Amino acid sequence: MSRHQAFRNVQSTVSEHLYGDEDYYSDEAEEELSAEDKAAMEQGTADVRAALGVEASKVTTEQIQEALWHYYYDVDKSVTYLLTKFIAPPPPKAAKSAQKPHSGASAYSTTKSFLSALFKDMPWGNIPQERVTVFVEPQRPRGGLLGGSGAAPKLTKLQQLALARKKKVEQQSSEEQAEDTREKLGELSMKEAPSLKENRLSEGGGFSKRQKLSDTTAAGRLLQREPAATDAEKRPTAIQRRSHLRDSSGQALSSLDGAEERAPEAGSPSTPFQPLPRSAADEPSHGAEMAGPSDFAQTLFGSPAVEPEPPANKLFALPYMAYCPSLADAFSKPSPDDVVLAAQAKAGKKTATAAATKKKGGGADSVANDVKALKIDDAPLPKSKNFNVLHEFEKSKSKKTASFVVVGHVDAGKSTMMGRLLLDLKVVDQRTVDKLRKEAEKIGKSSFALAWVLDQRTEERARGVTIDIATNRFETESTVFTILDAPGHRDFIPNMIAGASQADFAILVIDASTGAFESGLKGQTREHSLLIRSMGVSRVIVAVNKLDTVDWSKERFDEITHQVTGFLTATGFQPKNISFVPVSGLHGDNLVNRSTNPAASWYQGPTIVEELESSEPTTRALNKPLRMTISEVFRTPQSSITVAGRIDAGSLQMGDALLVQPSGEKAYIKSVQLDEEPVDWAVAGQNVVLHLSNIDPIHVRAGDIICDPAQPIQCLDSFTLKALAFDFLMPMQVDVHRGRLHSAGTIESIPALLDKVTGAVTKKKPKIVKPAAVARLVIKLASKVPLEAGQRVVLRSGGETVAAGLLE
Amino acid sequence: MRLAGSKKAMADFADLGGSEDDIVSLLPEEPEDMWHANNLIGPGDIIRAHAIRKVNRTTNTGSTSSERVHTDLTIRVTSTFFDPAASALHVSGTVVKENGYVAIGQYHTLDLELNRAFTLLKPSGWDSVAKETLQEALRPEAGDDLAAVVMQEGLANICVITEFRTILKQRVEHSIPKKRSGASDMDSATKAFFDKTLNTLLRAVEFDPAHPRTLLLASPGFVATEFRKYMLDLGQRTSDKKLLAIGKGAMVVHTSSGHVHALNEVLKSPEVQAKMKDKKFYGETRLMDDFYTRLRKDDGRAWYGLQPVTRAVNEGAIGPGGGTLLINNSLFRNMDVATRRKYVDLVDRVKEAGGEARVLSSDHESGQRLDALGGIAAILSYPSYDLDEEPEEEGGGEEGGENGAAEGTMVV
Repeated sequence: MSRHQAFRNVQSTVSEHLYGDEDYYSDEAEEELSAEDKAAMEQGTADVRAALGVEASKVTTEQIQEALWHYYYDVDKSVTYLLTKFIAPPPPKAAKSAQKPHSGASAYSTTKSFLSALFKDMPWGNIPQERVTVFVEPQRPRGGLLGGSGAAPKLTKLQQLALARKKKVEQQSSEEQAEDTREKLGELSMKEAPSLKENRLSEGGGFSKRQKLSDTTAAGRLLQREPAATDAEKRPTAIQRRSHLRDSSGQALSSLDGAEERAPEAGSPSTPFQPLPRSAADEPSHGAEMAGPSDFAQTLFGSPAVEPEPPANKLFALPYMAYCPSLADAFSKPSPDDVVLAAQAKAGKKTATAAATKKKGGGADSVANDVKALKIDDAPLPKSKNFNVLHEFEKSKSKKTASFVVVGHVDAGKSTMMGRLLLDLKVVDQRTVDKLRKEAEKIGKSSFALAWVLDQRTEERARGVTIDIATNRFETESTVFTILDAPGHRDFIPNMIAGASQADFAILVIDASTGAFESGLKGQTREHSLLIRSMGVSRVIVAVNKLDTVDWSKERFDEITHQVTGFLTATGFQPKNISFVPVSGLHGDNLVNRSTNPAASWYQGPTIVEELESSEPTTRALNKPLRMTISEVFRTPQSSITVAGRIDAGSLQMGDALLVQPSGEKAYIKSVQLDEEPVDWAVAGQNVVLHLSNIDPIHVRAGDIICDPAQPIQCLDSFTLKALAFDFLMPMQVDVHRGRLHSAGTIESIPALLDKVTGAVTKKKPKIVKPAAVARLVIKLASKVPLEAGQRVVLRSGGETVAAGLLE
Repeated sequence: MRLAGSKKAMADFADLGGSEDDIVSLLPEEPEDMWHANNLIGPGDIIRAHAIRKVNRTTNTGSTSSERVHTDLTIRVTSTFFDPAASALHVSGTVVKENGYVAIGQYHTLDLELNRAFTLLKPSGWDSVAKETLQEALRPEAGDDLAAVVMQEGLANICVITEFRTILKQRVEHSIPKKRSGASDMDSATKAFFDKTLNTLLRAVEFDPAHPRTLLLASPGFVATEFRKYMLDLGQRTSDKKLLAIGKGAMVVHTSSGHVHALNEVLKSPEVQAKMKDKKFYGETRLMDDFYTRLRKDDGRAWYGLQPVTRAVNEGAIGPGGGTLLINNSLFRNMDVATRRKYVDLVDRVKEAGGEARVLSSDHESGQRLDALGGIAAILSYPSYDLDEEPEEEGGGEEGGENGAAEGTMVV
């Protein structure tokens, strides 16, 4: 490459020189030579003679000096000029001739020999003569600016522009190779992934190694995140990677690159204008009966002595080539991508980074930039890395993930308790809480400061009540937990249902202060327990909160334990799955740290976090087709359609195509985020954030279901439900809740009452279903919503939960 | 609706059968009258009204010309179509009286127009239900309509509640991002949602300063309160007196959801009750509530579905002492004469027995609730437990209470 570049540079300086001297020509040509000129002339003449060797006798000294004068003492040029002008027939060496091929025929004769050498190992080198077609460069005006002589004509600006464009086109044509390169680079970051403790992408989710390595801040952050050991471990991997790249890219290049590398060696460096490669291969195409020498022979012995005129009827001009003198030129060099790959291959043994290698050679840098630019253009769809996600999941030694929902009566202190938990676990720092406290004091609600960690909405803060589910996360040594802080107010039970549907287990917060427990038990404590049980949550930790207000009274705790156990078992929880912890959410006793209050010393059981850690999340439906309920849709810088939710079943990865139901629109995953960090894939049970592309925002709403396009979920407007009644059921209007989905519907008919244990029909077409009875219901919805068998549905009416059941 | 006694029209009908008493000429004056007309006109009736018909003529030379002519047409009704949002009634049928433009037997669809009289003949005579409907239609307009916005976060149903029906004017949906995107995003989205709702409301419902219309804002949580605040703030800022007046007059009511059927809860709330006591739909809502309560209690007096109710009527169980027959007017509409007669018969017999028969408007929320029950229900004068087909397993209201507490495993 550099050789080409250098050659071109020389050429252009020469031509500039020439043209720059034009004035000199016209004005001072008649003047006597100066002393230096004379000396230079003598030296030049001697050099030329030496260069010409035997042929020197064929030219006179005047001729040499004339040439030297015109070429401004450039020996090479003069020799070339002399050879073509005066020494005829031109010897094989005269292939050096830089004479502009004015016609197809002359180009043919001057370039064929080195071309045959150039393409001697090409597969088409052995094509029978009579079969091959000769492409001849058509007659055309010389182009370029007038003036000068045998050197390449100086291009006009317009031509230069055209040339530049042509190059771009050429680059695009070699896109495949670029793709190949990128794939390899992609592999690199994939290889790196397992060496990290999770499948986290190191930075920004980008797979460009070049970018990654050159970005020192990124590297710095990497170091921060990973322990030093991991970093050290990473380095050998990087080297491995590079050698892998060298191997594969070397192989990939062997044919093309090899040929092109050889080209400049075999041919003379002074061949800026090559006719189309094919014409070279066809070179000995005279007379069908005459067998031409093999390529090898040709290389050994030069071209045949006789140069018969090629048959006129075999010449075909390429019409679309007619105006582009640069086209052939463009292919005479390795493509920019080859250059990059070659550079990488060369750099393989050194430990220098690939980025540094690429910066070798002035052209490579700009080429790299071009490749970067190309990448943006041709990536409308995110590219899948085609992981076997389940396999990767098994491989990754990641922590358990679990999510839990915090439920309880309004003002039981759910949000405050979670705020304190996050503070004690150092997920939020004291400064943030102090700031919140200051803000809270301003509106006279300083005790809400901890709750404000989770209650971020203006309305929530102003009214001091959680309205929507708040999501947050924290890590313990064994598990990554997702907190779903549910609203306690009865008006926001739809939001609470959305939260409960994403949870593995639940923390039921009970206000132990006098009177509050009793009112809670009648209120949402009861309804929430029913709901979490109906949503399939079987493990519940009861946090008996605000015990500090009753002086950590053990009697109060025991009383509450007794009552709550009673109604929880009645709701359907098994006693072994219920545990009680006395806590103070405001002060943080028994949340993360054991209570230091002597009055609370009677309790020696596990804290809330310990209880959480000992809970096993339910098994995930990893092998089922993908289902994910969208719980939130919002905008992020990465994508205007970013959705969050929990994967109910199956798995997904970056680049996957998805179907959003009920709109039935397709979307692609641009990137996946798990716990605020970009990952390549995610599986059931994880709460993820997906950045989508290729879909209009109006098609994506909270409550929609994202599914596998191959196995889409059906949209139904009528379904059968096997439901447990909490209230009287009759044909009536109900609100149908399934996760975030909230739709209006009616109980159309009640086909049968069922036996609770056996499920057998006990009565057909009952008039009414009584509380605690199980019945089959036919529900009709106002609009089509995505539902499928086995899903848990909650029916509400008039602000009460009336039934919950499984879709049949 | 007014009676428009046109002797000429009466004379026209003379040869079509039916007595003079069966012919009535009506002049619809308000959109609501179209709804009444829809209840009055059934298949088989003969109606004469103004029509615009495209007539093709062929001249002797074979060239054709087409022209729209205004004429009066008399048709025998085969079907009606009522567009509730536009309050437009289209009556289809075959022409029974030819004139210069149409021949007998040709089909025509009449678009009934406001302030143009039409003449209706019921060849089979006017039954009690039809007469009652007519009386209702002729009663002068009782009071103003209500506008109601039933909303929840990101969803608003704009309704107009009239004496006889609830019209869902427009449904506004706006996606409001949830917590994750931060408070500011949410606030701006909420503002946009309110803005959209308010604009739609002002466009869909006419707020005439001369006849102040009560506006109900209903929602779970604080959405309705916030919306009212938004209206007042906007009115203040833009010094829009009209908007301020609407905002000030708006009543905020709590509901459990933002779906239209939550209107039931709205109408139950004491604030609204105080205002609406004299409205027909209020009584209907109360009746339905009563019915549901009895059904819950399972006292044997509440029954629904055609079969049990028919049996109850046969037994004379819907009589004096609280016996009430609830029947949706949709059952009388667009039905063949025999079926209609069957239902009318039920109504008549209840009345004979001394019970109360209420024809509910299926276009009200209470009617919709009745619709879910099959359109017909009854509160009996005395308990009866064996009105359904399988009387072997009835009652047993006690079992429910015990099971709720005892069972450890839930079969869901």
